[in-house]
Amino acid sequence: MSATTTPIGHAAPAGPTSAGPGADAAHPRVWERPWARFAVRRLGRLLVSLWVLVTASFAMIHLIPGDPVRGALGPTAPADLVAARRASLGLDDPILVQYAHYLRSLSTGDLGTSLGSQLPVADIVGQRLPATLLLGLLGFLLAVAIAVPLGTLAGVLTRRGHGRRTELGFTTSSIVIATVPDFLLGVGLVYVFGVHLGWLPVAGNESASAYVLPVVSLAVGPAAILARIVRVELVEVLDADYVRTARAKRLAPWKVYLGHALPNALTSALTIGGLLLGSMVAGTVLVENVFAWPGLGSTIVSSILAKDYPLVQAIVLVYGIGVLVVNNVVDVVLALLDPRSMIRED
Amino acid sequence: MSAPTSRARAWRGVLTTPLGATAAVLLALVLAVAVLGPVLWTQSADAVDTGNILGAPSGEHWAGTDNLGRDIVARVLVAGRLSILLAFAAIGIAIGVGLLLGSAPFLLGNGRAARLVSAGVNVAVAFPGLLLALFFAVVFGVGATGAVLAIGLAGAPTFARLTQTLVAGLAGREYVAAARVAGVGRLRILVRHVLPNLREPLVVNATIGAGSSLLAFAGLSFLGLGVQSPSYDWGRLLYDGVGSLYVNPAAALAPGLAVLVAGLAFNLFGEAVAKGLGVTELTGPRVRRPATKAAPEPDEQRDHSEGRPSADVVLEVRDLKVSFAGRDGQLRPVRGVSFSVHRGEALGVVGESGSGKSLTALAVTRLLGDDATVEAERLRLLGQDLLAEATPAQRRLLGTSLAMVFQDPMSSFNPTRRIGRQLAEVGTEHQGMTRAEAMARAVDRLDAVRVSDAADRVRQYPHEFSGGMRQRAMIGMGLMGSPSLIVADEPTTALDVTVQQQVLDLLSAIRDADDLALVLISHDVTVVGEVCDRVLVMYAGRIVEDLATADLATAAQHPYTRALVAAVPDMATDVSEPLATIPGRPVGPADTPAGCAYADRCPLADVRCRSEEPPLERTAAGGRVACWHPGGEPDVVLAGPDLRRVER
Ligand code: SF4
Repeated sequence: MSATTTPIGHAAPAGPTSAGPGADAAHPRVWERPWARFAVRRLGRLLVSLWVLVTASFAMIHLIPGDPVRGALGPTAPADLVAARRASLGLDDPILVQYAHYLRSLSTGDLGTSLGSQLPVADIVGQRLPATLLLGLLGFLLAVAIAVPLGTLAGVLTRRGHGRRTELGFTTSSIVIATVPDFLLGVGLVYVFGVHLGWLPVAGNESASAYVLPVVSLAVGPAAILARIVRVELVEVLDADYVRTARAKRLAPWKVYLGHALPNALTSALTIGGLLLGSMVAGTVLVENVFAWPGLGSTIVSSILAKDYPLVQAIVLVYGIGVLVVNNVVDVVLALLDPRSMIRED
Repeated sequence: MSAPTSRARAWRGVLTTPLGATAAVLLALVLAVAVLGPVLWTQSADAVDTGNILGAPSGEHWAGTDNLGRDIVARVLVAGRLSILLAFAAIGIAIGVGLLLGSAPFLLGNGRAARLVSAGVNVAVAFPGLLLALFFAVVFGVGATGAVLAIGLAGAPTFARLTQTLVAGLAGREYVAAARVAGVGRLRILVRHVLPNLREPLVVNATIGAGSSLLAFAGLSFLGLGVQSPSYDWGRLLYDGVGSLYVNPAAALAPGLAVLVAGLAFNLFGEAVAKGLGVTELTGPRVRRPATKAAPEPDEQRDHSEGRPSADVVLEVRDLKVSFAGRDGQLRPVRGVSFSVHRGEALGVVGESGSGKSLTALAVTRLLGDDATVEAERLRLLGQDLLAEATPAQRRLLGTSLAMVFQDPMSSFNPTRRIGRQLAEVGTEHQGMTRAEAMARAVDRLDAVRVSDAADRVRQYPHEFSGGMRQRAMIGMGLMGSPSLIVADEPTTALDVTVQQQVLDLLSAIRDADDLALVLISHDVTVVGEVCDRVLVMYAGRIVEDLATADLATAAQHPYTRALVAAVPDMATDVSEPLATIPGRPVGPADTPAGCAYADRCPLADVRCRSEEPPLERTAAGGRVACWHPGGEPDVVLAGPDLRRVER
């Protein structure tokens, strides 16, 4: 095309040349800087959160009114046993010494000893963690697998000028479903599929079929919330100028929806979805207790009831770290999907 | 003031939606059970019957009996009060602590301490409530008190964040600033001016929060960490019932159902109120009615053969109408527009915003959303009917022969895709290119629109391009195919003055080079006058004049065209004269008058103008004009100050 050789821009007397306006943005060093700043800021925030978390879990045992060891061993325990246990936990040292000691043992992976079983807490956690992780991960995957297609479909059906009724029905039913707490759904599922129909196992994780009910109970609520978010975001994105541009390119409609609109809708959905994922970490606690799942969730409840504080302390810490990791992974994924999000956060 | 009445109307609106009404009834039921339950059923709930332990549902015991033979239904009804009171107590703590933490940054004067508080809140918000509740349950001990404190404190960060956001928003308001300047203390401002405004959002969120804390409580009690025997709430009953799920499932299902209904009642009511009060417009646009064959429009514009061989016609538009389903029936912002564009021709479309020029462009290019109804007697691009169902062939034709340039280059590129990929897409979609070929073409096209370092820049994201660069890239995207027509909708409006000229020159250069047709839409007569051969002037959804650009300054016939020209300093003859503005407001599609739409602003308007709409008719100069007094008394019309005098 001869337009390539036509001189252009000759009529801009004092203005910058055509290469001028954005030239510095092309410089690699400038291009790299947001990444570095993002990483440093993220890492800083992660470390501070981690410190707060560790301190909170340390403080927990000291916030308990009365003597935690006496509480754990019961009023009838002999005084010398209580004293010995207190000494072995270091509870008689000055608080800062205890804090330093706590940090030091944490850094070596020593989480203390269970008051109940006398086993190293780290071993118990290590034994129980995989079951919880697997449950959470499967639940999350199922939630996404339900929510994204459903939310996308609902979004396309209710885009501007379409489907008022569909929208009302979808929104209402997603609120209703999201309200059903995972443990209630779990009990209901146990009743229907375990007690009534007898199709599926209702406890433990020995067989593959034992995964079905717990994973479903965990996933349905978050799936409803996520689907709703995906729909709202998609409807908004479908109105964006760049979607009009994509339509102006006359791409096939599904390419406009899935290729141009959905990724952007998911980017915003992910911001809220991250919180959701965090709450699923907590959701496993209840679900595990419904289904006698041999994970951290059933352990933390039994150890709270047994006042086995070192174990509780460690599990709280593990859950907390889990949430932190999840939230940070979400942020990083977000930055990969939408480079602007790195710059946006102040 | 209208505020209280509109507020009352909003509330009434909430209660008359099906969702709101259902939720309100449910909520009333739940609250009634909470108030009356213990009064009416305590006796039967406590009546031990050792002869009927873990009994199955029967006529006497609808949900059977528990391990002491007590009636489950009665126990569920009695447990309602405790469950709801505990939830209220928890939400009360959450709101109290939340308000305190949330307004702290404002009270602390947004300094370092304030930032610390809000950072802390942000970290805590990201933590799931149940984990916080477990933490506090350990600290406060297992039991109802511990659980209330735990759930209350666990809910506080959410309310703190809400308060913080709302307070920050209000703190920027003028009256708050005024109070600050007047030396009023921050605490006083907070109590007097800020907190009262938080009432409504807090009530809404407290309602939803009450539902969530009810469910959370049930969760803790279900874990055995909440209410302890002999007291019982729904969660405790559930905990007891689950143990005998195989013997009497109803013992678990009944309290479960109660929790669910109560939780739903609060949540749904809260959601309904939030939606009703947040969105003032309760009745959105309705489902579109089937297009009715209306009586012929008064401004039906008949065939205008342009006296050129039709093989040259790139775009042909006849009697185009665009309508939307509004609240008060159909709105028609484009009311019958006819024109054609020939090869190599640059056609300008000018008009104020709301004249329908952009809608015309979008309708012609079939880019209007589905909420718009587009009708036309004829709409053809290169002889192909665009009104027919979209076929793959039609998509390919539009995708390769028509290039669009939009107003805002900032928002018109997909922010999450690299520029090159967005251009290349056209090639892979319509021209059967491989990714590599399409990318090579994209580089070539960016080069063609004078984007420097095109080979590197294809790998960049839109935000790394300047506005002018992006608009060039947008034009380049249009050149991926072999366009016969470029439609540019306000292509320079969003750009810096310095780059505007470059983009216009680029468009002209492309048109000259390849003999393309160009439709340039602008509110600016100067821009159109510079680039185009012919100008369509639009007003209130119609073409009011169609004339050669050369005639704009001297031979315009329509009073509106002349007023537009007079409003431009360098096109009207005398620059020393004060700049004329067109007095009055343009009419919108909702208030289009019966006669000439311009009559209210026109110095020449007479009785006929106000009653009869002038048809668009040929002029001696070869253009078209829709006016009863074309070319009348140009002196009066062109003099800016006179215009104002006539109008006032
Ligand atoms: S028809 Fe009458 S009112 Fe309308 S522009 Fe012409 S002179 Fe003015």
